[in-house]
Amino acid sequence: MDFAIHITGFVAIYIFMLAAFAGWVIIGGVPAILHTPLMSGSNFVHGIVVVGGMYALLNASTVQQQIIGFVAVLLGAGNAAGGFAVTRRMLAMFQTSGSAGKHPHSGHPRHPRPKAV
Amino acid sequence: MTLISTAQLIIGLADLAAAFLFMYGLKRMSSPVTAPSGIFVAGLGMLVAILASFLYVVDADAASKPFVMINVGLCIAALAIGGSIAWLAGKKVPMTAMPQMVALYNGMGGGAAGAIAAVELFGGKAGGTTALVVTLLGALIGAISLSGSLIAWAKLQGVINQPFRVIGQQYFNLLVLLATVAVGAYFVYAATGGAARFLTSSHLIYLFFALALVYGILMTLPIGGADMPVVISIYNAATGLAVGLEGFVLGNPALMIAGMVVGAAGTLLTLLMARAMNRSVQNVLFTNFGESSKHKPSHIKGSLKPTEAADAGIFMRYAKSVIIVPGYGLAAAQAQQKLYEFVKLLQSAGVVVKFAIHPVAGRMPGQMDVLLAEAGVPYDLIFQLDDINDEFKTTDVALVIGANDVVNPAARTDKSSPIFGMPILNADQAKKVYVIKRGQGKGYAGIVNALFYAENCDMVYGDASAVLAKMIESVRGLGSKAA
Repeated sequence: MDFAIHITGFVAIYIFMLAAFAGWVIIGGVPAILHTPLMSGSNFVHGIVVVGGMYALLNASTVQQQIIGFVAVLLGAGNAAGGFAVTRRMLAMFQTSGSAGKHPHSGHPRHPRPKAV
Repeated sequence: MTLISTAQLIIGLADLAAAFLFMYGLKRMSSPVTAPSGIFVAGLGMLVAILASFLYVVDADAASKPFVMINVGLCIAALAIGGSIAWLAGKKVPMTAMPQMVALYNGMGGGAAGAIAAVELFGGKAGGTTALVVTLLGALIGAISLSGSLIAWAKLQGVINQPFRVIGQQYFNLLVLLATVAVGAYFVYAATGGAARFLTSSHLIYLFFALALVYGILMTLPIGGADMPVVISIYNAATGLAVGLEGFVLGNPALMIAGMVVGAAGTLLTLLMARAMNRSVQNVLFTNFGESSKHKPSHIKGSLKPTEAADAGIFMRYAKSVIIVPGYGLAAAQAQQKLYEFVKLLQSAGVVVKFAIHPVAGRMPGQMDVLLAEAGVPYDLIFQLDDINDEFKTTDVALVIGANDVVNPAARTDKSSPIFGMPILNADQAKKVYVIKRGQGKGYAGIVNALFYAENCDMVYGDASAVLAKMIESVRGLGSKAA
């Protein structure tokens, strides 16, 4: 059985169209509070380019191709690893979202307002 | 089943899993409750795809067979070096420097896409006009994204402070872009059998990349720092697109899908940001923002009234309600912890405190939310523009910390102002306004702010962290006297 992937012509255009639509829908309606983490998260996702770099490097047959392929993997790995690290740090701050009770003063102060001096 | 088809099956399944996990992860990231787990879902997809990609050696080009061991070694070394440096940098960078860090990583992605294109072009692997054109297009976008992101990084990092503007710049930039496209077209013509009389094809590739990189620099240099969030978002989308296009050339659906999802998501994010500033993306890129506003508008009356931090702190202690408007100055001074400490003091004195976040406050949309979250401020105190703007007129004190353009009433009233029409926070409608500001300088957009001259507005000059420390001290002082 042939498992090689052949994507050409219209099939490619269909994939692009559906993927673009998916990306649009996924981001649509996201609260502003998540804009920065989401930009960082999508920045991480295009770090998948490292896989393309690996393909280029593993198929390299000249020194020139090896050097450029090495740079491609290096940069792609940086994109992926760095993107993951910063996104995780940003999102870790949202961990408490369900447990606002940790902050006793949230919303409605419990302490009576002292009289003015 | 042969070894080759087994490898293809595994790679195919891994890429399929990666594409699914990326989209599912992004979906989880778009809700605050599920967001923290989203990045791990996407991360798993990345790990699976990278591990499976080593199987490319099984079906590698015949010409590369003698170099298999070297190539695998180089691959592991590049992954280890690039990954660990970026990982450590990403862990160490302060929260306030996040925007430029995202710009930097984004540039790396663009550079990687460009490098893949270069390998394909130098190796003569991309055959046929369509594949060549797509490769070059991805290379162009990737290279622009690389150099443009580096300039964006330099601007946010403060390496480049002033927008660089020359008369006729836009026309010159357009010429550079056209020249890049012309070189690319000539390369395609030569590579598909046309008689190349001028340069060799490898010289053409060098020239093409050099021009594309220069264009990215030229395009970003004139854009002011205030617009960098939009610019980073544009380059983020651009890198996604470049990755998607190179994915097509390599016949890799994971790259195609992930790249295009990011391309579309990034484009929508860019539009959301531009809409929040009431400006079109075109306007951000091609208009010299802030240039027309060097004069002080004649209708500004009154003067700047400086006041002491201690007085302002005590005034707020005896107010009923305070709305805080944070801006980049808060991030720059790393004062988010101090601010929350002060807020807790006010709350324990019975003051109702809320935070009002402008969509483009800071250097990245949502940056203020992230900073406040870091300091432990609960969500239910944080309100977005539309949800809180009507409350200013019934509020005792608006405390503006290091924000400027997002509270400039000129956006409502002054048709000649470059930010006219931008939705702003109506801080000026509060009974009393305090503005914490480092100096008398203008905001990032370089526009005079009429709010600062208003009757009900006092200025507290100083670093946000130091000012808040004084406010805390003064309010605490009251408490001990009362006790």
